[in-house]
Amino acid sequence: MTNLAVDLPGLKLKNPIMPASGCFGFGREYSEFYDLSKLGAVIMKAATGSERFGNNTPRVAETASGMLNAIGLQNPGVEKIIETEVPYLANYDIPIIANVAGSTIEEYELVAKTFNQTDQVHALELNISCPNVKEGGIQFGTDPDMAANVTKKVKKVSDLPIYVKLSPNVSDIVAMAKAVEAAGADGLTMINTLSGMQIHLPNKHPLLANKTGGLSGPAIKPVAIRMIYEVKQHVSIPVIGMGGISNAEDVLEFLLAGASAVAVGTANFQNPFICPEIIEELPAVLKKYGFNSVQDAIGKGIVV
Amino acid sequence: MIKKEEMLIKSVKSIALDTIEMVLNNRYISRAAVPGQFLHVDIQGHTLRRPISIADVDKSEETVTILFKIMGSGTKHLSAYQTGMTFSVLGPSGNGFNIDNREAKSVLLIGGGIGVPPLYYLGKRLAEEGREIISVLGFQSAESVFYEQKFQELGESFIVTNDGSYGDKGFVTNVLGKVKDFDCYYSCGPSPMLKAITERLEHKHGYISLEERMGCGVGACFACVIPTDTSGGYKKICKDGPVFSSREVTL
Ligand SMILES: Cc1cc2nc3c(=O)[nH]c(=O)nc-3n(C[C@H](O)[C@H](O)[C@H](O)COP(=O)(O)OP(=O)(O)OC[C@H]3O[C@@H](n4cnc5c(N)ncnc54)[C@H](O)[C@@H]3O)c2cc1C
Ligand SMILES: Cc1cc2nc3c(=O)[nH]c(=O)nc-3n(C[C@H](O)[C@H](O)[C@H](O)COP(=O)(O)O)c2cc1C
Repeated sequence: MTNLAVDLPGLKLKNPIMPASGCFGFGREYSEFYDLSKLGAVIMKAATGSERFGNNTPRVAETASGMLNAIGLQNPGVEKIIETEVPYLANYDIPIIANVAGSTIEEYELVAKTFNQTDQVHALELNISCPNVKEGGIQFGTDPDMAANVTKKVKKVSDLPIYVKLSPNVSDIVAMAKAVEAAGADGLTMINTLSGMQIHLPNKHPLLANKTGGLSGPAIKPVAIRMIYEVKQHVSIPVIGMGGISNAEDVLEFLLAGASAVAVGTANFQNPFICPEIIEELPAVLKKYGFNSVQDAIGKGIVV
Repeated sequence: MIKKEEMLIKSVKSIALDTIEMVLNNRYISRAAVPGQFLHVDIQGHTLRRPISIADVDKSEETVTILFKIMGSGTKHLSAYQTGMTFSVLGPSGNGFNIDNREAKSVLLIGGGIGVPPLYYLGKRLAEEGREIISVLGFQSAESVFYEQKFQELGESFIVTNDGSYGDKGFVTNVLGKVKDFDCYYSCGPSPMLKAITERLEHKHGYISLEERMGCGVGACFACVIPTDTSGGYKKICKDGPVFSSREVTL
């Protein structure tokens, strides 16, 4: 029997597969396709201090092997999420990770503090990397000092383990990772989307109403692998990897690069069953490459 | 309920300029589909699925028909699929047209271009229930006109082309004056057309089907939302729609 279990701060995962934030809503829609208890965990869509409508449409565009999105953090606000969405997800036997977003340090603190009041949330993912709203935290995600500061502040108001979600839109990803580790982060999630743009030929203007959007899907996988590989050589906190995962081989690649678990985003749109299918295929893929457990494979690709 | 299903292509036919009719076999979809719902179609080599309306259903043959226009790489690729091949869809998706309104004895169908397909299955169902059907269908030009005969079988039909090469010249709104009174209207087409219609027929009870670029197609990703008022209220086109009451959303 291949052991798929992984223990991370605050998260006892029966397998390393979870849906990525923003690509799975709050689980309701996908629960009509399969039993969410099959998942390793679930990461909820971003929460802000109060309700947000988000950007104008169009909000998505297809690209070669990927897509751009500029949803703009649309969500009903942290209180409403705790009231209506968290209890629903709590019906399933899976750890719940809340994605915390904001435009000021105070907003991050408020959202984190509010999640801390429910015992149904197991960890926070600090989204300092949303490229789609002007004040969407991206400034925190591109400056190591600001990232460290917001991490420290949130750590103070919450007892929950904090996974800081890193933006790939930086020249020195290792500096970002080291800064938030030093500030007390319990783990990292990476990567968020890469900032991009598509021009619509018929009207000759940017296609997305927001003009720029975040690139996700298979196109960004090599960027994610490279960044995790580099970061894992300099930090000791665990990494939840993501970026273009669409099958069990991709998962193994992330594990080898140093990720302890992974999140699947865009691939849910093409195949709503992608997470349970990967979970089912993973043991055979691990075995094929000589591993008896997920734990065995973590970081084994790093050549020093 | 939306399921992930395999559709078997029974036939592929070009029925107008760049316009393809595909008859697809699938028991579940043919039984579950109601007029106005769509299929979220997986096309090889494409990250995102493409929403295509259900244009007709034959429950005894267990088939559904889709009609689509070749617009970009996805629909182009799909048009090259051949009889006997299968592809994956999510469906039947969304909320269809409300056809239970017994008061509506006579209905007007207003379709623009590739918004015409969902109105055909709707009209067929309404006609079966004994409602009087009047159709106004707009196309770019003579060579893009399709299903004229089929709509005529349902009731009086008016064709309009933008360039006047067939039927009346102009937009669907140009012929609304010619149409006799009706109880309720149903419309699908480009947003500017829907906006013009909802303004023109403000006093009438109506349903409109909207288009927007979609991600997941099941209501999870918030790509295809439309405001319902100015205070942040919204609906998801893929899940709450694509059909809305004409007064429900802000175009
Ligand atoms: C509910 C609904 C029902 C539809 N029904 C039909 C139908 O019955 N027949 C038909 O011909 N067309 C229909 N459309 C439009 C159809 O989805 C687009 O023409 C198609 O997605 C274009 O794909 P493409 O790859 O050829 O074009 P591209 O421009 O290359 O597509 C790029 C991306 O933009 C999206 N996109 C482009 N145009 C549209 C559009 N008008 N609406 C939504 N997404 C778009 C595509 O899905 C894709 O993700 C419907 C759209 C919606 C929302
Ligand atoms: C439509 C969409 C919405 C997203 N929303 C969020 C979000 O709210 N918060 C967040 O941290 N990341 C968000 N992301 C980023 C994903 O969680 C993930 O980091 C990224 O898409 C890379 O993974 P993928 O290639 O598997 O999609 C979103 C991505 C997409 C495609």
